[in-house]
Amino acid sequence: MRRNGGQIVCEALLREGVDVIFGLPGGAILPLYQILPEYPELRHILVRHEQGAAHAADGYARVTGRPGVAWATSGPGATNLVTGIATAQMDSVPMVIVTGQVGRAAIGSDAFQETDITGITLPITKHNYLVMHASEIARVIKEAFYIANSGRPGPVLVDIPKDVFTEEVEVEWPDKIDLPGYKPNLKGHSGMIRRAAQMINSARRPVILAGHGVIISRAYDELRELAETAQIPVVTTLLGIGCFPEDHVLSVGMPGMHGMAYASLAIEEADLLIALGMRFDDRITGDTSTFATRSKKIHVDVDPTEIGKNIPVDVPIVGDLKRVLIEMNKRVEPADRLEWLNEVEQLKRDHPSMLVRKTDKLIPQYVIKEISEATQGKATIVTGVGQHQMWAAQHYTFREPCSLVSSGGAGAMGYEVPGAMGAQVGSPGKVVWSIAGDGGFQMTMCELATMVENRIPVKIAIFNNGFLGMVRQWQELFYERSYVATGYSGNPDFVKLADAFGIFGARVTDKTQVRPAIMDAMKFDGPAIVDFVVEQEENVYPMIPSGMSVNEMIEEPQPQEALR
Amino acid sequence: MATQNGSQDGHTITALVEDKPGVLNRITNMFRRRGYNIASLAVGPSEISGLSRMTFVVEGDPATVEQVAKNLNKLIDVIKVVDVSQDHSVRRELALIRVRSNVQNRSEIMQIVDIFRANIVDVAPDSLIVEVIGDEEKVDALIELLQSFSVQEVMRTGTVAMGRGMGPDRAPAPEGLRMRMESGL
Ligand SMILES: Cc1ncc(C[n+]2csc(CCOP(=O)(O)OP(=O)(O)O)c2C)c(N)n1
Ligand SMILES: [Mg+2]
Repeated sequence: MRRNGGQIVCEALLREGVDVIFGLPGGAILPLYQILPEYPELRHILVRHEQGAAHAADGYARVTGRPGVAWATSGPGATNLVTGIATAQMDSVPMVIVTGQVGRAAIGSDAFQETDITGITLPITKHNYLVMHASEIARVIKEAFYIANSGRPGPVLVDIPKDVFTEEVEVEWPDKIDLPGYKPNLKGHSGMIRRAAQMINSARRPVILAGHGVIISRAYDELRELAETAQIPVVTTLLGIGCFPEDHVLSVGMPGMHGMAYASLAIEEADLLIALGMRFDDRITGDTSTFATRSKKIHVDVDPTEIGKNIPVDVPIVGDLKRVLIEMNKRVEPADRLEWLNEVEQLKRDHPSMLVRKTDKLIPQYVIKEISEATQGKATIVTGVGQHQMWAAQHYTFREPCSLVSSGGAGAMGYEVPGAMGAQVGSPGKVVWSIAGDGGFQMTMCELATMVENRIPVKIAIFNNGFLGMVRQWQELFYERSYVATGYSGNPDFVKLADAFGIFGARVTDKTQVRPAIMDAMKFDGPAIVDFVVEQEENVYPMIPSGMSVNEMIEEPQPQEALR
Repeated sequence: MATQNGSQDGHTITALVEDKPGVLNRITNMFRRRGYNIASLAVGPSEISGLSRMTFVVEGDPATVEQVAKNLNKLIDVIKVVDVSQDHSVRRELALIRVRSNVQNRSEIMQIVDIFRANIVDVAPDSLIVEVIGDEEKVDALIELLQSFSVQEVMRTGTVAMGRGMGPDRAPAPEGLRMRMESGL
């Protein structure tokens, strides 16, 4: 079968089950685009900026569990993807990116729009390829998908010179993958699993710390079985949110920098920490030398480099979480742990982090609670980065896996709009709310046009505080309220903006308008924007300042009398 | 420079890697990005075609060295990583040392060279090139001794190391590699 490079790319993608590509063409990738009409099964979504393509592919992957695909041309097209690739790498999101490169003969000559994108993305991809012959494409794409979505997932970039797309070869489709240097260990050491189960059985105050790995491995049922059988409270990291229903009695919410005080305190009180698919990020641990010093630690992760990286571990288990938990659960004995659970309940009562101040003002926490109630916790929530992100994590009641999509490790502002677009494309029947900062929204709002064009009905709630709010909060708390370069006095009229894009727009300045505006936006058949003009100087609490310990937590400096 | 075997700050790691463009870059990039220090690095073809073997002398405490080994292993193009520090291993490097010399002190230098079972591989009117093979200590010691005659230039290959007996490097090869070895590739 003779095929040119471009055809091989398309057919290889189809073989991997790809149905949608986010991208934007240019000279070097044009030969690939020009054969796209031969493959109508591949839906191409034309973005307005390549960062949008990368974030959308990422959002798509997070909700479907299948690698997202992004295309871009050489040079600036490829470099525009970088933030999105780094975001996916930090959060273990499977993605396959195809970039065009200048022709083979021009490589290394600083030709027009030549950029060494494999060099640039080396530290922010799981792996990458520069393909110098069309005969390699079939194998490389197959490997790329395998690498992207096995073991600890991540982005894989495939850079293809322009003339390789047009090179014709006899194509051979590989049926096997031959990667001797890549054998993720999925099984888990049986001796260690036994040891872990024994430790759980004899623990008096165990806590499960569940992370993104639970979702990636789809181990929610096994997690639930472990927690319920042994009656162990479950805290979830930001990216773990949703892997355990937050309305479950054993759920203790998110710990860490802006986590629930009781969740952080439960970790401190524990005698055994069972860390599942998480990586002891500094947003969770704060000062590592004082983190959870009273507990033994079991750490299960598929990536061996994560184990022992930040926190010393007593029982290390490298393996796929689902497989490990299935084995572990066979050995975990039922227990009631009433005393410990009562203590945790008492922590919740003594430290009511979830309560929202009673006020007539329009505060962002209230808006999140209203969206949570209006959607019955069943929407997919895609956030930007900043205060609104933390409020969403705190005050939305997540009940389902993959219902929170957020840039955790990279903390990439601008994720909220394109990330939501990808999430919506990946779950067409779902209600997707983009919880946006006024700052982050303006970084990538150009993708509104993409949504309109492709009928992607994302609902966008802009938390319009006129500030780069999270930075402003740090300035207020740690720099004597010196607001340098964080105020936005020239925000556009977001309702008029919605109008310009031909979509629903509403402004909310008063509490009473919140619910109606949410409902109207959801009733509208298409993308919608609600501009919530919220209190400007509201802060996110609790807060454990960067690098500090739980003892230094600022819980809620506002008067306690006004809680609801 | 690194110190010897198993000590706190010098650890020897070998890696069997794909011999492809960019692999060395991937490896050194990982070291740079994670802030690990390489004291020496030696690369050459292995007994399997298409695969190279590298020897790293890495500085750091045991926890750091363990992370280095794990991060090397994580690279797709790295097939097998062995920490040879704790094992019985043979460790060698080759050094070329240019020493200032004249007719008067030439025989004195030759005596030292003999004791170290080193060779003089080039003689010029006012200098010699000494070639020595040995572990790092031996090379260090010879350079130290020759210093009194004034060492003008030193070229060292970096340590290569191999476990004694049936080395672990031949232990369970990954499936794909075994296929490749069996199929004679
Ligand atoms: C791309 C990028 N630039 C800068 C930052 C640093 N930063 C973190 S939060 C934040 C403020 C975000 O402002 P906004 O989107 O309005 O959200 P808010 O905190 O006000 O809710 C900034 C600038 C970042 N995380 N990402
Ligand atoms: Mg803001």
